[in-house]
Amino acid sequence: MSTVTSFDNRPTSVEPKREGGPARWLKAHLGLLPTFAALLIFLAMIVYGEIAYGRILQASTVSNLLINNAHLVILAVGLTFVILTGGIDLSVGAVIAFSSVAGVLLTNAGWNPWFVIVLMVLIGSLFGLISGVLIQFFDVQPFIATLAMMFLARGLASMLSTTPERLADESPMRGLATQFKLVDGPRVNDLVITPGVIIAVVVVLVAVFLLHRTRFGRTVYAIGGSEQSSTLMGLPVVSTKLWVYVISGTLAGVAAVVYTARLGSAQNITGIGWELDAIAATVIGGTLLMGGAGFVLGSVVGALVLGLMNVLITRDGGIRPETTTIITGGILLVFVLLQRAVASRRRE
Amino acid sequence: MRMDAAAHDPVVQMLGISVDFPGTRALDGVDLTLYPGEVHALMGENGAGKSTIVKALTGAYRVSAGEIRINGSPVSFTGTAGAEAEGIAAAFQEVDLCGNLSIGENVMLGREVRGRWGISWAATHRRASEILAELGLADLDPRAPLGALAPAIQQLVAIARAMVVHPKVLVLDEPTSSLEPVEVERLFRVIRRLRDQGVAILFVSHFLEQVFAISDRVTVLRDGRSQGVYPTRDLDRTELISLMMGQDIATLRTIGSQRRAHRVDPRGAPLFRAQGVGRRGEIEPTDLDLHRGEVVGLGGLRGSGRSELALLVAGVMRRDSGSMSVAGKQVGAAGPGAGTRSRVAFASEDRRDGGVIGELSLQDNLILALQAQRGWARPISRDERDAVVEHFMAAFNITAPSPATPVRYLSGGNQQKVLLARWLATRPRVMVLDEPTRGVDMASKVEIQARVAEMAMEGVAVLFISSELEEVVRLSDRIVVLKDRRKIGEVSNGPGVTVDTIIEMIAADNELDD
Repeated sequence: MSTVTSFDNRPTSVEPKREGGPARWLKAHLGLLPTFAALLIFLAMIVYGEIAYGRILQASTVSNLLINNAHLVILAVGLTFVILTGGIDLSVGAVIAFSSVAGVLLTNAGWNPWFVIVLMVLIGSLFGLISGVLIQFFDVQPFIATLAMMFLARGLASMLSTTPERLADESPMRGLATQFKLVDGPRVNDLVITPGVIIAVVVVLVAVFLLHRTRFGRTVYAIGGSEQSSTLMGLPVVSTKLWVYVISGTLAGVAAVVYTARLGSAQNITGIGWELDAIAATVIGGTLLMGGAGFVLGSVVGALVLGLMNVLITRDGGIRPETTTIITGGILLVFVLLQRAVASRRRE
Repeated sequence: MRMDAAAHDPVVQMLGISVDFPGTRALDGVDLTLYPGEVHALMGENGAGKSTIVKALTGAYRVSAGEIRINGSPVSFTGTAGAEAEGIAAAFQEVDLCGNLSIGENVMLGREVRGRWGISWAATHRRASEILAELGLADLDPRAPLGALAPAIQQLVAIARAMVVHPKVLVLDEPTSSLEPVEVERLFRVIRRLRDQGVAILFVSHFLEQVFAISDRVTVLRDGRSQGVYPTRDLDRTELISLMMGQDIATLRTIGSQRRAHRVDPRGAPLFRAQGVGRRGEIEPTDLDLHRGEVVGLGGLRGSGRSELALLVAGVMRRDSGSMSVAGKQVGAAGPGAGTRSRVAFASEDRRDGGVIGELSLQDNLILALQAQRGWARPISRDERDAVVEHFMAAFNITAPSPATPVRYLSGGNQQKVLLARWLATRPRVMVLDEPTRGVDMASKVEIQARVAEMAMEGVAVLFISSELEEVVRLSDRIVVLKDRRKIGEVSNGPGVTVDTIIEMIAADNELDD
């Protein structure tokens, strides 16, 4: 596989024998295994749903899955950045609550709705920045710093209002949830998309580019591998870690916009536990909680696994909705165990 | 082949460099001149100022006096980036790479080749394999994960990383401290290759033989001052050692003669007896006897099963075959607790991870094993602790600001002494020492060796492991030779036994195998 041999003046017999084919590929890409497993589970769930309940693999179901989970996908992308560096961000759910309540109140107060949307995103960025500064310059554990931000944001949201705040139907923000028919299927079976879904897709694509095609992204992975080594290699560790939390916060702001637009209202108790859903999605998608290994696309799959699970439970009708968390827990456990297995294989 | 250094203009001139830390002057008016195409060794004990001058040269420390000139013109670095821009690159002792990324990515991290769509991985990996090939490492696939490589190869990858910017000066800080002889040879080939390309190499090392094998000139440091620059071929080993450490060389000689005088053939029943002790995948069933007052050395390459045998003997690793007894009493198979109860003490090879607890104070580290032996219900009183600590600090010549200083602030040699003292405080009958002198400076090494000899004289049975065969031969009464995870023989030490004897045993065994 060595692409350049011109400098190599030693006899070729010195070259060690390389395993060929899939075995070697798998060995080199062992890190992909959990992500593949997530994909496999996702497909298995589709197949099972199709057989057991029917009408899973149809345009309307797929559309709903995307529309209803766009915010979770966006959150999971943000957490992927943080978790890749070996950190954690617990504040995103509460940031969504504060950002969306503030956004709805300001819109209803007659502020320019586009300005409000930008403001909602920037609220997220600000919380992320504060977390990042606490972690980087005050040496606070990420868990504690973002936990503090979580309480702060939740408290601020409750200060603003403790009742559901409705967004006026004619507000342009609701336009972000307008359903565009891409494919006009028979009866209600249409492939529908909203600007919210498009935003999520753009977020995912930008994240993939950032993580895999820029030095910033590689620094994120390197920090997750070894922060000390990264510093000694002269990588911009400080600014990168700061950015990672800013990205996570910003995407929480974006998720707030997308979710509020879809729901048409905001409440201070919105988003409780979403940070944990997003973490679960990230981990199920194959990102190591210790950092350094994982993929954004895996996190997307993880988020969709969680979303699809809700769909299947609703379809079944017989399963109590409370069971959702038990199943989520089960899936999470299986994936963490799988990751341990992969990690120990790697060490050999 | 070797370029005549004097014929060139120096690439680096460090003139009268001083570096101050709060309260101390780490470096005092040191000169260092590097010529293109030379390997310049920097020698000195720990604390002599080697790392400080390396860090001053690589821009990590600011110099408080003196001048650094690159190609004749004065420079002042404000950070490692500044030094890098002037063509000074470094690879450090610990392999500072990211095991989760690929080889090529580690080489190119932060310097990835970028195209229109961000990083071009094809071009980046191509560039990485070019650099690896320049170092004679073309057999490494840049797309393979780095974590799967042996530490030695990772070390070479770290050097490849340093070479990406095509530096004029390459600083190698203790690059060989974790390498086996074969790997060292491979590293040396790389170094010679770079030297012949005209790179100035600053080689920092503890190992005398390696300095003699690779370097053209040597600068010796002691206590932050230069002891002069010498052409390596004009330098005698004894001379170099005495330059580095002054008078301690006499002590080193006495230990050898003391041991030789003490050496007696073991008589009577062994204190410790292991029969067929082994563990699948770690080491084959092995017999081992240790007598009172005897030092038994384990000879063999790293990875030959030395540490594994030590772990089994100490009871840290659970054996799956065989039996062990201390003074005729059987030892259970479970855990280090069993070992501690039968007064078998074990000082781990890995000081940081398996030995001292960095955050705890010197005194707490020292009494840790004693307390564990007694059980938690019977705490050691403050007076007793102070007495024990005072005794061992004096006996081991541990230098520390105070007994309450966290151990991680002590030098490697002092940490190792704390570790030894910890076990000696429990008055063990059997002491297993895995690499007690690795990575410590000469003076501490001599002291540790002296303590080991003393321990044996007091009747402790010592199992001694070291990568430095000279040390094993100097200290041991008997040497058990291991190879490929099994015992291949045993020699009683004597005037005729040298390092070569052991090496021949290992080599001869190889011929039989083939």
